[in-house]
Amino acid sequence: MKRRAMESRLGAQSAPMIERLERRLFLKQGLSLGALALLSGCQLTDSESTQKVLWAMSRWNDRVQGWLFDPNKLAPEYPESAITRPFPFNAYYGEDEVRHVVAETYRLELAGLIREKRPWTLPALYALPQTSQVTRHICVEGWSAIGKWSGVTFRTFLERIGADLTAKYVGFRCADDYYSSIDMTTALHPQTLLAFRFADQILPAKYGFPMKLRVPTKLGFKNPKHIAAIIVTNTYLGGYWEDQGYNWFSGS
Amino acid sequence: MHVLEGASRGCVDVHPLTVRVTHWINAVAILMMVTSGWRIYDASPLFDFVFPREITLGGWLGGALQWHFAAMWLLAVNGIVYLAFGIGSRHFARKLLPIGPRAILNDVLAALRGRLAHDDLSVYNAAQRAAYLALIALGALLVASGLAIWKPVQLQGLASLMGGYEGARVIHFAAMTMLALIVLVHILMVVFVPRTLPTMITGRVRHPS
Repeated sequence: MKRRAMESRLGAQSAPMIERLERRLFLKQGLSLGALALLSGCQLTDSESTQKVLWAMSRWNDRVQGWLFDPNKLAPEYPESAITRPFPFNAYYGEDEVRHVVAETYRLELAGLIREKRPWTLPALYALPQTSQVTRHICVEGWSAIGKWSGVTFRTFLERIGADLTAKYVGFRCADDYYSSIDMTTALHPQTLLAFRFADQILPAKYGFPMKLRVPTKLGFKNPKHIAAIIVTNTYLGGYWEDQGYNWFSGS
Repeated sequence: MHVLEGASRGCVDVHPLTVRVTHWINAVAILMMVTSGWRIYDASPLFDFVFPREITLGGWLGGALQWHFAAMWLLAVNGIVYLAFGIGSRHFARKLLPIGPRAILNDVLAALRGRLAHDDLSVYNAAQRAAYLALIALGALLVASGLAIWKPVQLQGLASLMGGYEGARVIHFAAMTMLALIVLVHILMVVFVPRTLPTMITGRVRHPS
């Protein structure tokens, strides 16, 4: 209101003054455009308050994605002919640093809000009812690839161990020091698998032997490999990439 | 005559306040979306080139994603306000229509020869109308393809309309490229006709008398 009044008054002034004003505005605008152009890498973008806003927006996006997530909506499945070969390797380390887990001594540890916490051997896990899916794996980097994974529906496993299905989070600790966590709603989604096989073969080391969590409704980095321990909890656990800035929910 | 001049105080309103405010918010939002989008593109390039790191926003992929998914709210809310105003106040109907291919061709040719008239800034010429309508359509396409990339499972109907996840990536990139080119021409035109810039801030222009 005040501004409009001022503009009207200025409008009544003589032409030279308006010209000066226009020049000043032009200069000012030019300068602020220049400042905007320098946004990347400058102090404004890296400042603590900017980072705070960006992290707060990411938490807000977690909530929005939680509301958007339909627990009954299935990720598209593909024919086996659509499988990407070779399937790309991806981890926070190079392919020459892949961890090799020893099958005979391997035990899956359970912790948190779980009734039966006895560790599981691989033969016991393989004896659970198995199912397969051919789905698209979408990486946070943008690329995608179609693969076939087989294993036990994660919901079946959580029910079997007496997990508190009303808890908020399921966390994963991995043999390659990776860690991540997902929301319980996604953990109970019918396509979320504790996968032991890739392309009908026992999961090779580079794809996460002895097991990975296959979540076709989330980005690739939310599909932890070499899982060593599962934690059911109401405490936010974050993740290896999530703690560095990748969005936590990262739903597809 | 005297009364008329007194009422307008020698000035004419060119751009409504809502258009000016949403324009500048949009300029900032688009700049953030495009420059962070370039950094996201660089993480897994669709084509045989990457954008120089210096002109991208976010520092690394995670930072660029944070910018992109924060600025998208600014872009979306601002865009909804602009569209609602444009339709509700008949701003679009009055300023962007009518428009025809012959008029666009004539004005583009006139502009290339440097003979496009800019006497009355309150009336958009056909080339402007075409450019602004294209920007609105491209903005809508960018939002739709962006949503398909973000939520290819939850919004799988939209995603298949875009040719699936991978198709949506190509459309998103192509729409960004066209938008960037039109914006470039838009900025060049402001350089050639600089008095349009203060008008976009104050909303007024002196009566051409």
